[in-house]
Amino acid sequence: MRVFTAAIAMVSGLIVLLGYFYPLDALTQLRIMLTDWSIIIAAMAVLVGIANLVFVQMDKIRRREKNSIYGALLVLSLIGTFGLGLVFGLDHQLMRLAVDAVIVPVESSLMAILAVTLVYASIRLLRRRADVMTVIFLLIALIFLVLMMPTPFGPVLGDGLNGFTLQILGMFSRGGARGLLIGIALGTLLTGIRVLFGIDRPYGGN
Amino acid sequence: MLAIGLVLFTALLLLAITFLRRKSPAVLRRIEAFERLNRVVGLAVENGTRLHISLGRGNLFTSRGASALAGLAMLRRLAERTSMSDRPPIVTSGDASLSILSQDTLQAGYRAAGAEDQYRVSTGRLAGLTPFSYAAGTIPVTRDEMVSANVVIGDFGSESALLVEAADREDTHLVAASDNLSAQSILYASAQDPLIGEELFASGAYMGAGISHEASLQVQDVLRWLVIVAILGGAILKLLGINF
Repeated sequence: MRVFTAAIAMVSGLIVLLGYFYPLDALTQLRIMLTDWSIIIAAMAVLVGIANLVFVQMDKIRRREKNSIYGALLVLSLIGTFGLGLVFGLDHQLMRLAVDAVIVPVESSLMAILAVTLVYASIRLLRRRADVMTVIFLLIALIFLVLMMPTPFGPVLGDGLNGFTLQILGMFSRGGARGLLIGIALGTLLTGIRVLFGIDRPYGGN
Repeated sequence: MLAIGLVLFTALLLLAITFLRRKSPAVLRRIEAFERLNRVVGLAVENGTRLHISLGRGNLFTSRGASALAGLAMLRRLAERTSMSDRPPIVTSGDASLSILSQDTLQAGYRAAGAEDQYRVSTGRLAGLTPFSYAAGTIPVTRDEMVSANVVIGDFGSESALLVEAADREDTHLVAASDNLSAQSILYASAQDPLIGEELFASGAYMGAGISHEASLQVQDVLRWLVIVAILGGAILKLLGINF
């Protein structure tokens, strides 16, 4: 069974990859078909994932674990919105209200907490790791913020100097970012090849 | 043509180095985060606390899935090593397919350690499907489940700051890595042990996931040198006025 799952994954992966490199009609059709199947499987995975979420929360409630009240709230909200969606459809006003009055404000609040958290983390950084790189990191972040800050009098250092400083700092930052991205791209390539050739098999209980 | 040539070259190099690696063990540079993680995993097993592994929101149908796969390789090793613990590790993820794979990987890890009966379906969880719902679903695990160490590895955005803050507030250890640049800068500023850049993909090799992971690191080094030569060569040719 394990060999079978590995063979299916490898052959499917190779067909999709070849379909990208050689746009032959047959290969493209096969690639599209396999991609469509994977989208259907992914949609089913969402249902399985949500069932898992409900199962975990129900288990918490049953065992009267700490803060299980939030689990109950989650399950009730899930059933409520799912039921409303089924009965009225996604475009109904009630469904839009659930998004506009609950989900968007809650996520906005978390975004606001995030801003405070980041400022607090920057302050604590020097206490946690007091080295040259930390000082450079904080200094550049601070300079960027000051130079990009909108003021009633225009750019802080004047048009020319502000732009020049941002360009110089941006040159180093972009270079560093590209270096990191190249590293990540190489890691992604190798991870993909390991899975494609069946060296790594994170599926089928291997 | 260049792309398929690169894939074939990389695959052949990987196979060759994997074969050669069987004869001589790899020498890896010291990364403090992994050394500390190894210690913390041992301590968690000894003092009966839990390990929390968060695999992020890496969709397996996009290039972001690679970081999730790197996280799964690490999970597999951690599952094997903590299979004898009183409290099994909990895995959270923000993608449904990834959460199913995490359950599969956990089970495989327990099976490899001969402790399949220890496996519980509820230890591999889908925490939420949007960035902030994922963070909101993951934070209670750090807070309420007797967690002593968090491994946050995969595709995250700025919501990673909330996870780091939660780990910090509970005074638990945290190793964090992401393939996302903004998350990396956040983790650098806030995490105890951040892994930067491609260090994320080295996790398998450092956790003893096998020769192929060590060989991957060597292939990455070879490719990195090729990229450096290509960039420098391209710049010199451009300076000489040779267009290609």
